[in-house]
Amino acid sequence: MSEARLKLPNFGGLGASIGTVFTVLTGFWILMMILLPVSYMVDFSFRFDLPPGKIGGPEDVHTLDNYRYLLFGPPGSPERLSIFGWEFQANVLHLVVFFRTILAAIFVTGLNFLICYPVTYFMAQKARGGTARLLAVCLILPFWVNEILRAFAFRILLGGGGVVNEALIGMGLISEPIDFIRADVALYMGLTYAYILLMVFPLYNALESLDRNQIEAARDLGSPSWRIHWRVVMPHAKAGIASGCTMVFMLAVGALAVPQILGGPSNLWFTQVIYDRFNTSLNWPLGAAYAFVLLVTCVVFVLLVMRLFRVDLGEIAK
Amino acid sequence: MTADRIRGLMMGFYVLLFFAWLFGPLIIMSASAFNTATPPTVTPWQGFTFDWFGKLFANRDIREGVGTSLLIGLGVVLVAVPIGLAAAVLMTKLRARARSVYYAIVVSPVLMPGVIIGVSTKVFWDRLGTAVGASYKSFFYDGIFLSVVGQSCFISAYCMLIFLARLQRFDRAQEEAALDLGASHVQVFFKVLLPFLRPAVLSAAVLAFLTSFENYNTTVFTILPEKTLTTVLASKVRLGTDPSISALAFLIIAITVVGAVAYEIRARSEARRLGTA
Repeated sequence: MSEARLKLPNFGGLGASIGTVFTVLTGFWILMMILLPVSYMVDFSFRFDLPPGKIGGPEDVHTLDNYRYLLFGPPGSPERLSIFGWEFQANVLHLVVFFRTILAAIFVTGLNFLICYPVTYFMAQKARGGTARLLAVCLILPFWVNEILRAFAFRILLGGGGVVNEALIGMGLISEPIDFIRADVALYMGLTYAYILLMVFPLYNALESLDRNQIEAARDLGSPSWRIHWRVVMPHAKAGIASGCTMVFMLAVGALAVPQILGGPSNLWFTQVIYDRFNTSLNWPLGAAYAFVLLVTCVVFVLLVMRLFRVDLGEIAK
Repeated sequence: MTADRIRGLMMGFYVLLFFAWLFGPLIIMSASAFNTATPPTVTPWQGFTFDWFGKLFANRDIREGVGTSLLIGLGVVLVAVPIGLAAAVLMTKLRARARSVYYAIVVSPVLMPGVIIGVSTKVFWDRLGTAVGASYKSFFYDGIFLSVVGQSCFISAYCMLIFLARLQRFDRAQEEAALDLGASHVQVFFKVLLPFLRPAVLSAAVLAFLTSFENYNTTVFTILPEKTLTTVLASKVRLGTDPSISALAFLIIAITVVGAVAYEIRARSEARRLGTA
């Protein structure tokens, strides 16, 4: 390497000026928008909730209090949780919300996959060029409509005097309107509906590349269709399934608007608890701690999916 | 053969049901914009009206929200598209080892819940502002600035993915040829690489704008006292439903359908032109 080269880095053939501009842009993004904000959030979550004047002062030290709060609630709280006869102090409300959110998000992801798989398979394998294109456009259309408005549509549909209740009453099936919102039916439907596209797209890309002859061959060899799907189609679409499920789970577990609009009054989503720390019962460090717990949950989920389906990050985040 | 036929019919019926589920809620919501009944519904149908549109346009919060959303959207396009382009081009210059680490970092915002991006942006700039002793009127505490930065965090990653897909088809020989013929690196970028990336710049800009316009999860944390269309909508819908929101939904759906049809017609005529050429 010559002296001049050392002074003016070449950036792998980009040239010094363009290379510098690009490095500065990317560096700003990575440092100021991704790494530092998240690091600050994590650091902040290990601190006390202090008034602005005391921040940076002698009392601004690290603590585990916020995480203790999520597990045990405020010191001396009378709430108890008992698991297998072992009783201990616990922040029942928040812990229940946390685990319910994760289970509900997994449920929504599974439901979404079950609904989308047959449609996507049809689009990718059975539909001809023109039809497939039309179906694709029809699929994308609803997703240009804001998530909040889509949730609102389900409120109109499933509310007390909503269309579904009126129809059921009109048919004489029920006499009193069913409270779909309190029963969380509206929430699960709304969440499933909201993220269909993110399941369909990766699935479609994976299924489309499957050679139809493979299915024919399996059929000729006498395989029933469920086994064709289990042994031929799904293994081929593995990366697509992993990607779709990850995206839907992430969006469902991190959803805020849909639970705010369609969630029952007594059932909170974990993101709503975080939202409250920042907007109503102001306690930023506690909110940051909860956000970090959510982030760790998501990372664990992605790692699990990568391990389980044996795919890498590039295949998931396409 | 008949068994196949029955299976085919069932499949068709399922697909039909699926699309009914996809469009039903939107159609009913649109229809409720024209019904005098409130809260919005189509049953019972009390009478046809355009009043809700008038009420929608008269709503100051919504008008203000749309203005702020447009401004933020524009800001995000100006920030996220250049960053996405730069990050994508840099990635092609990295060695395999460094590339996988780099990729994991820059793609992480795509997989991070929007709520976390919102929280971390809010906390980071607030503490930075405190650390440098900035006044509450400076950009550290400006909802529009924070929202542009927060949204650009993950929208830049979307843009980068678009550019990466396009760059995969770029023939490096073009670059080398231009350099051999005496072009400077800056010239090569503006005369060879950028023109090649132009379609990707366009789609990245459109995607960035639309994603920004409809973002809620991040914005609700970073917007501070300002209002965007989505935050106005969310607080309205939570407090109580009102058919003027259906009217807004109807307008958005109408614009979308017109846009999609126009795009489809263009794509088809393009395909026909290429087919005959």
